[in-house]
Amino acid sequence: MNFTSRIVPLPNENVDTDQIIPARYLKTTSKEGLGKALFADWRYDSQGNPRPDFILNRAEMAGARVLLAGDNFGCGSSREHAPWALADYGFKAIISTSFADIFKNNALKNGLLPIVVDKEVHARLLRHSGEVAIDLETQTLTLEDGASIHFAIDPFSKKCLLEGIDELGYLLALTTQITNYEQGLSD
Amino acid sequence: MDFVWYRIGMEAKTLFDKIWDKHIVAAEPGCPSVLYIDLHLIHEVTSPQAFQGLRARGLRVRRPDRTVATMDHIIPTVSPGFPIVDPVARRMLAELEANCKESGIPLFGIGDPRQGIVHVIGPELGLTQPGKTIVCGDSHTSTHGALGALAFGIGTSEVEHVLATQCLLQHKPKTFEVRVEGRLQPGVAAKDIILALIARLGVAGGTGHVFEFAGSTIRGLDIDDRLTICNMSIEGGARAGTIAADDTAFQYLAGKPFAPTGAAWDAALEKWQELHTDEGAVFDKRFELEAASLEPMISYGTNPGMTAPVTARIPDPDSISDPAQKNALAKALAYMGFIPGGPLLGHPVDVVFIGSCTNGRLADLRAAAGVLKGRKVSPKVRTLVVPGSQKVKSEAEAEGLDKIFLAAGAEWRNPGCSMCLAMNGDEIAPGQYCVSTSNRNFEGRQGKGGRTLLASPLTAAASAILGAIADVRRFY
Repeated sequence: MNFTSRIVPLPNENVDTDQIIPARYLKTTSKEGLGKALFADWRYDSQGNPRPDFILNRAEMAGARVLLAGDNFGCGSSREHAPWALADYGFKAIISTSFADIFKNNALKNGLLPIVVDKEVHARLLRHSGEVAIDLETQTLTLEDGASIHFAIDPFSKKCLLEGIDELGYLLALTTQITNYEQGLSD
Repeated sequence: MDFVWYRIGMEAKTLFDKIWDKHIVAAEPGCPSVLYIDLHLIHEVTSPQAFQGLRARGLRVRRPDRTVATMDHIIPTVSPGFPIVDPVARRMLAELEANCKESGIPLFGIGDPRQGIVHVIGPELGLTQPGKTIVCGDSHTSTHGALGALAFGIGTSEVEHVLATQCLLQHKPKTFEVRVEGRLQPGVAAKDIILALIARLGVAGGTGHVFEFAGSTIRGLDIDDRLTICNMSIEGGARAGTIAADDTAFQYLAGKPFAPTGAAWDAALEKWQELHTDEGAVFDKRFELEAASLEPMISYGTNPGMTAPVTARIPDPDSISDPAQKNALAKALAYMGFIPGGPLLGHPVDVVFIGSCTNGRLADLRAAAGVLKGRKVSPKVRTLVVPGSQKVKSEAEAEGLDKIFLAAGAEWRNPGCSMCLAMNGDEIAPGQYCVSTSNRNFEGRQGKGGRTLLASPLTAAASAILGAIADVRRFY
């Protein structure tokens, strides 16, 4: 996972899953095509036209794959439709000072990389316009001026993302242990 | 000779540790633990893609006998048998029905007397039990922790994992004791306890942790009230919320349809009595709340941390120094149409919603009915009362609560998630103010442009009568 993109700044704190994808868009039996609904109530006006003042609608943000979000991004619901919408829209990584637990878990399961940085780095990225290069293998963010920032990620998630390991496959391989556990239960 | 006693395995453990340790199937170094799931609850919104995933891989549901399904989020609440107009909603419900039939999963769907909001039916059916690991594709799964279970919300991919293997990969969360002591004042409800906690800790205060609620106030609450508190653990950012089971919990569970009986009950009870935090156990974080100092609460902003006593004034962004927080408050107040410094009390409201997995149980309806009895809701307010399950509905009707609500001019509806998240046509219009006994006041949650005011059933009932944000204590 190694790519370069400009950053889309959305510095609001506590962006919740109802903003990321409103509940009415959860009426679907598919994972596909949810990018249209991403930030729907901020992105479109009541007629369904793109609001010119919303950051994603700005011409220079087209094709951007990295979102710079405020603290506690993704709080609220467990709806996996939130990372599905972000990924379908085209985002590959989200940078924030913190993520809500369930959202972070869901994002990792969909190849959407949640990157945690500290306040200083976050402020620096907010001031930085232009592109950032993200390399999961080396766990680095590289800015246009060459500055390199290290980010943490738990080793298991990193391995799964880099090697395309499917978590369900990992669990299925433990069938014997699961059966042993079940047999040890008294109920 | 001196004896050195090695206290291996005898160290003081928290309730969470006890449940966690008993459910580890595998734990390889550098990997999250594999946790066995005792009970998997499913509903129509977060399961279709999971079952599709299973079929695509040629997998079967491993333990249909540990899985229970209901229909709650998108179903109409107008009346029993009301048609579902939305074709996508119809398809989702049909898929759930087909998936359950194919896998042998019991489905308490439309028309079934056991149907209701998933986090209402689990406890009332006795499916939720102390010491169980319980998951559901819904963040308010934390509710079930009120009966001493370890219960948390999962995403659809994880729903697929649990269907296929009855297991989940989980990093072990930390522990957070919330101790509540003292007596609640009249007019102050369990809902106000959890709202006050989140106001103090913030919506990320519990991130990475599991709450354990303890203390004399908690011990004095009935199960419906404990469920309310655990329900909103997720709004404080916590992974789950637990309350150790005690005699109140055991009495609640005795005789419930899926609770053990006879010798099995005796054996279970013996185990359950061990499921509490040991004396001297160490929590990663702790917080204390004095119940007697709490007041009825109401939210003024756009996340569950933005709440205040009903008697408070709307906060002023100018009084906040941190620019991000100042900005966030200003934005929230602009969305809500609130003027800083103005009173909350007396602000007109358009809709009152009493229901949801937070406050849709019999005790909640009794509380609201107690305020509404012999009174009428304001003619300017649409008041919706939605019982959390068919069982709650019948019990409420047996007590005549429905007649009280109808006589007051409120609507008495059929069970479902309803206006909590407005997926089924029960919604508020742009700009409308709704005092709601639900759990989230995010922008647009109850309808695009809608303005949610989170509160207890007591405050909601009082507000319906006055047609404005009200202090229920004036009715005492």
